[in-house]
Amino acid sequence: MAIDFKPSGADLELVNVRKDFPGFTALQDMDLHIPAGEFFALLGPSGCGKTTTLRIVAGLEEPTAGQVLIGGKDVTASKPHERPVNTVFQSYALFPHMTILENVAFGLRQRKIEEPVKKAMDALNLVELGYAAERRPQQLSGGQQQRVALARALVNRPALLLLDEPLGALDLKLRRQMQIELKAIQMEVGLTFLHVTHDQEEAMDMADTVAVMNKGHIEQMGAPEALYERPKTAFVSKFLGQSNLFVGSIVDSSASSLSIEVGGHKITVPKDRAEKQTGKICIGVRPEKTTFHRTKPNLGSDHVVVGPGEITDIRFTGVSNQYLIDIPNVGDVTVFAQNVGISPVIELGENVWVSWKVEHSFGLSDLPVGNEDE
Amino acid sequence: MAFAAFGSAPAKEHKTPTKSGKIVLALLMPGLVYLGLFFFTPLMSLIVTSLEVPAASGAIGEYEYGFAWQNYVTVVTDYMPQILRSFYYATVATLIALLFSYPLAYFIGVKLRSRPMLQRMMLVLVIAPFFISFLLRTIAWKQIFSDGGAIMQFVYSTGLMSTSDHFLGTDAAVIFGLTYNFIPFMTLPLFTTLERFDVRLLEAGSDLYASPAAVFRKVTLPLSMPGIISGTLLVFIPIAGDYVNASQNFLGSSKTSMIGTMVDADFLQTQDYPLASALSVLLMAVIVVLVSVYVRRSGTDDLL
Repeated sequence: MAIDFKPSGADLELVNVRKDFPGFTALQDMDLHIPAGEFFALLGPSGCGKTTTLRIVAGLEEPTAGQVLIGGKDVTASKPHERPVNTVFQSYALFPHMTILENVAFGLRQRKIEEPVKKAMDALNLVELGYAAERRPQQLSGGQQQRVALARALVNRPALLLLDEPLGALDLKLRRQMQIELKAIQMEVGLTFLHVTHDQEEAMDMADTVAVMNKGHIEQMGAPEALYERPKTAFVSKFLGQSNLFVGSIVDSSASSLSIEVGGHKITVPKDRAEKQTGKICIGVRPEKTTFHRTKPNLGSDHVVVGPGEITDIRFTGVSNQYLIDIPNVGDVTVFAQNVGISPVIELGENVWVSWKVEHSFGLSDLPVGNEDE
Repeated sequence: MAFAAFGSAPAKEHKTPTKSGKIVLALLMPGLVYLGLFFFTPLMSLIVTSLEVPAASGAIGEYEYGFAWQNYVTVVTDYMPQILRSFYYATVATLIALLFSYPLAYFIGVKLRSRPMLQRMMLVLVIAPFFISFLLRTIAWKQIFSDGGAIMQFVYSTGLMSTSDHFLGTDAAVIFGLTYNFIPFMTLPLFTTLERFDVRLLEAGSDLYASPAAVFRKVTLPLSMPGIISGTLLVFIPIAGDYVNASQNFLGSSKTSMIGTMVDADFLQTQDYPLASALSVLLMAVIVVLVSVYVRRSGTDDLL
């Protein structure tokens, strides 16, 4: 488009960053490297330290220890206005006493960049709000304000763009639309984006790399597909999508797989998909990878079969049906069945067996909360 | 039309204006009567008095109706020094009050937000002086600044002033008194504006490459303008008409008399009611003009 952006942003590095607040530690020795031009998402529940991380990068919060490097340059001691970073705030924080155009031109004017008005106008056109240039922020809807906030940050061509849950206040439809636009803009301008969110769908949908945070540290980091297919901790397996988790001691170990016994059933995981290979481990499977059978299925050793169990809940969600099956001595197992008209008609209370392919099992490095001490 | 009571929207739309018009009028009535009786009537009386001429009998304090517009020429020529001094004092005192109040109001309204208890206590302290009559407080300052008082004794001992000089009766003493007495009227409106100030805008400003000073100039100050305007008006207007601080009985001397002092003298001592009235009307007119220009130029027309 009209704005002449630099081809890519700069990379960001956090080295042993720690942040203590009175009474608790928000970040514990965080190490992070985000390559230039990447769309990186920090995902986690509220209070996990993701916003603190972003504020430390922006310079709005001082780390207790550690270093922040942007483009290889140590900016730990720099003030926010000295950093080549711009933020799209959760509250947008648009200046109410200025027009939309002046809001967008603010950063350019501060740095005495030539033609601030023309460049601001180009940025407004990029977010398709050129027609609202002379309006005040209060006269715009939430979605429009969000786009102004984005334009106000983008127009400065920061080495790094920080997004602090900017889509949080939008309704679902607008949110999906803004996600698509945001991703398109990032591809177009090629800047490094650091996006903080608690919405796992948003993170997986938009980011090249997702880091799942919990209690002040990164639990797991990787491409969205990898995180989803191979969650390494119980927290990640539950926070990113849903999982059926089974805890038991290893009873069988072959060259390629491990098995645990749970309630008289043997649950197997390929060795190369198991993080922990000794003692008591947790094996999980995604509900959509499982199927159920009315009669005990006769499957080979490349399948895991558990059951029989009673169907205690059926939920129709449109694209799929979600079944909750209570298997004695094992617990509840969730099965998602695609609503394509070929799955058997089944009623509450029926007894079924559940199966999945061994290659879909994943072994976690830790045990779910409540199972650690057993 | 019994159903109208259930809120049929179109039917209501037609009825509402006339009905609410009557209600609004009824609600406004007490206020309008009050303004008519206690504002408009005395104002007219004041203007009429300002144009009166001395009675034919020549008795002191006796006047009859006339159209002596020369009264205005007399006050302007006779009282020019006092008029200029009044606006000079008012301007300086207002600026000093603003300089002292702004940081205080910012501290109470923004920095103490996380500690509401302390915030309320500070606000009580700001208005605490009002619990004592301002005449008494001004008299107290006269005592404090008297030549024999500790402050002046200390100043004399440092040699900064010779013992033949006095602080009381000077421009500085009067401006001090005016500032002191009216400063809460500056602090409170500033506080109410700054209390609602969104501090996240400060972060946005610094994120957009503005230094703390630039953020203050471009974000905080413009957004404080409503408080600054109302504060300066609330302080400037009463100061311009004040007759206590500048009086010889308080912090002033014969060299510090203001318009209020002269109105006081003309009305109560020489009983020259037309001149006192003309001076009052003139003061009012000048203030109205100054305030309109000020408010227009500062871009907050909605205050008028």
